[in-house]
Amino acid sequence: MPQTGAEKKRKFRSAKRMREIMTEYYIEAKTADQTGKKVAWITSGGPVEPLIAMDVIPVYPENYGAMIGASHMGSDLCAKAEALGYSTDLCSYARADIACALEDGGPIGGLPKPDMLVCCNNICGTVMKWYEIQARLFDVPLFIFDTPFCHVDFAGEARRYVRTQIDEYIGFLEGVCGKKFDIDRSREVGRLSLKGQRLWQEVLDAAAHRPSPMTAFDAFFFLALIVTLRGTTKVVDFYTELLEEMKERVSQGISAVENERYRLLWDNLPVWYRLKWLSDTFAAHGACLVADTYTTAWCGSMKYIDENNFIDSMAEAYTRIYLNIGVDEMAKTIFEMIDKYEVDGLVMHSNRSCKPYSFGQYDIMRMVQEKKGIPCMMLESHMVDERSFSESQALTRIDAFMEVISQRGPRAGIAR
Amino acid sequence: MKTAGIDIGSITAKAAVLEDGVILGTRVGFTGYNAGMAGRKVFEELTGELGLEASSIAWIVSTGYGRNSVEFAHKSMTEIICHGAGAHFLDPQVRTVVDVGGQDSKALILDESGKVTDFVMNDKCAAGTGRFLEVMARALEVNLDDFGEISLRSENPAKISSICTVFAESEVISLISRGEQRENIIAGIHDSVASRVYAMAQRLAVKAPIMMTGGVARNIGVVRALEKRFGSPIEVTGHAQVNGAIGAAVLACSLR
Ligand code: SF4
Repeated sequence: MPQTGAEKKRKFRSAKRMREIMTEYYIEAKTADQTGKKVAWITSGGPVEPLIAMDVIPVYPENYGAMIGASHMGSDLCAKAEALGYSTDLCSYARADIACALEDGGPIGGLPKPDMLVCCNNICGTVMKWYEIQARLFDVPLFIFDTPFCHVDFAGEARRYVRTQIDEYIGFLEGVCGKKFDIDRSREVGRLSLKGQRLWQEVLDAAAHRPSPMTAFDAFFFLALIVTLRGTTKVVDFYTELLEEMKERVSQGISAVENERYRLLWDNLPVWYRLKWLSDTFAAHGACLVADTYTTAWCGSMKYIDENNFIDSMAEAYTRIYLNIGVDEMAKTIFEMIDKYEVDGLVMHSNRSCKPYSFGQYDIMRMVQEKKGIPCMMLESHMVDERSFSESQALTRIDAFMEVISQRGPRAGIAR
Repeated sequence: MKTAGIDIGSITAKAAVLEDGVILGTRVGFTGYNAGMAGRKVFEELTGELGLEASSIAWIVSTGYGRNSVEFAHKSMTEIICHGAGAHFLDPQVRTVVDVGGQDSKALILDESGKVTDFVMNDKCAAGTGRFLEVMARALEVNLDDFGEISLRSENPAKISSICTVFAESEVISLISRGEQRENIIAGIHDSVASRVYAMAQRLAVKAPIMMTGGVARNIGVVRALEKRFGSPIEVTGHAQVNGAIGAAVLACSLR
């Protein structure tokens, strides 16, 4: 079908640049053995800045997991891991990654072999075992960056404990790389990282505009850079451009969803293999998922970062990320987002794969209904393993949810 | 003005015709493998029975899992909204509807005007649905329609602890081989369905009066077990199974 003018306008021109950068990045990582660079596998919430400062290429099995999901290879790879004895209840990123590593399979012909592994448990406990397995398989050193759970605040003991590990982490990197850590370089990387996070937040903030110039599905796509390459000028340059594009869209009145009538907030990881279906299904109701807690997590703790003292302040910033805080704190973040983006409803993805994200969702839902009085829905699914997705069930739920919202009408007091 | 509602569930297809706030008739048939055809069939049978021309029906709304296959409907709406509208039509006092159908169960909260303010549906699992009861009836070699009556004779319901339908079936089989009385096993099965449905409904702010709808509402054993859990009487009308179709016909009135 030929694209209409409006559809063409809705496409992001930055998407092309983004794909180029990601391709360059993976080529660089996959040819590291020829260029003499070292590769570290690191968890998505891990402190990547010291790696960048040491010229190590960070590689993210979780980003790769998303790629696996989006390319519909998840179920197969998960089944392979199950055949090896891993439980179906294990996170599907872990299952898919373990299967890929053993088989040299998966998209882009597998990830480049690591020289070291960096595991930060601020996102979950699964990553510890997962990285131990990979450390045994590849026979490479593993650094575990342990961030205690932060129910409300980050107190003295915990603060010292995490801060000490930063020095150990640097020592570990110096050992594996065989060179000294350059503190000036690390300051520059820290500054770039914070700048990248600020820009990312500004990009996401553009969705507060009515109609929204972007959807959460766009955010899921543009997220890859802040995850993988924060601390580099590439990220800063790219998000500067993307922000420009957002501003243009706002000033030209380009809406991500045609005739946006309802605005929704998404919670949890995306359903990677159903992005288009979900986006079309909501759009058919005139609903735009304007924001989500997931992509916000990569700029959510920048308030703890001290620009002039990145290394010290990073202890707190990496400990107080969205998945490492108590349910009340999570709910607070959601309340703020509901107000900021003026949403009509909350869509929670109960993600069978990711327990720390899905735990507490029903409590949060209740709090949202009590405090904010907006309809909420729960979509039971799975981020990568398609065997856990039932289309007709999901459709009925979404349709019913939108019927409930449309019976109430768009948010009161807002002219449109 | 006459309107119709067609509700295509996983097992049965239902139709209802309304005229100016009065139910002219309802009908239930089997869905089979072709949802679209089942919808047409049950609709034609009903209009035939009522001596009406299909063209005399001004508006038609379809609902249920097969809602999008009913080509002659003017609009499709989900069973959530339709069950809400149906229950409100039958008794405007009702504030909570518990619907247990063939392959899913749901609960919804209504406001005074009959609008759904919140709802939950079961997750991807047959426990707590009509399908669960069907599997058990087969294992026990009892007609499902007799389940309710038989279970009321039980004095000591058996405990079925497994949530999974397949595991629960083997539990039932081992109860049979242990010589447990049939009525106790069936009462245990009803308890198990009730506990699932109740736990799901607890995610909502349940308010009385409660109405139960869906095919399973015809099973008095499940209704009693649910009443015990909710600690409140549960209203079941003679239209429980066709409530979704009635609701669809009610909502069809607003299409004009
Ligand atoms: S369990 Fe959740 S946080 Fe942990 S690796 Fe899997 S998706 Fe990430």
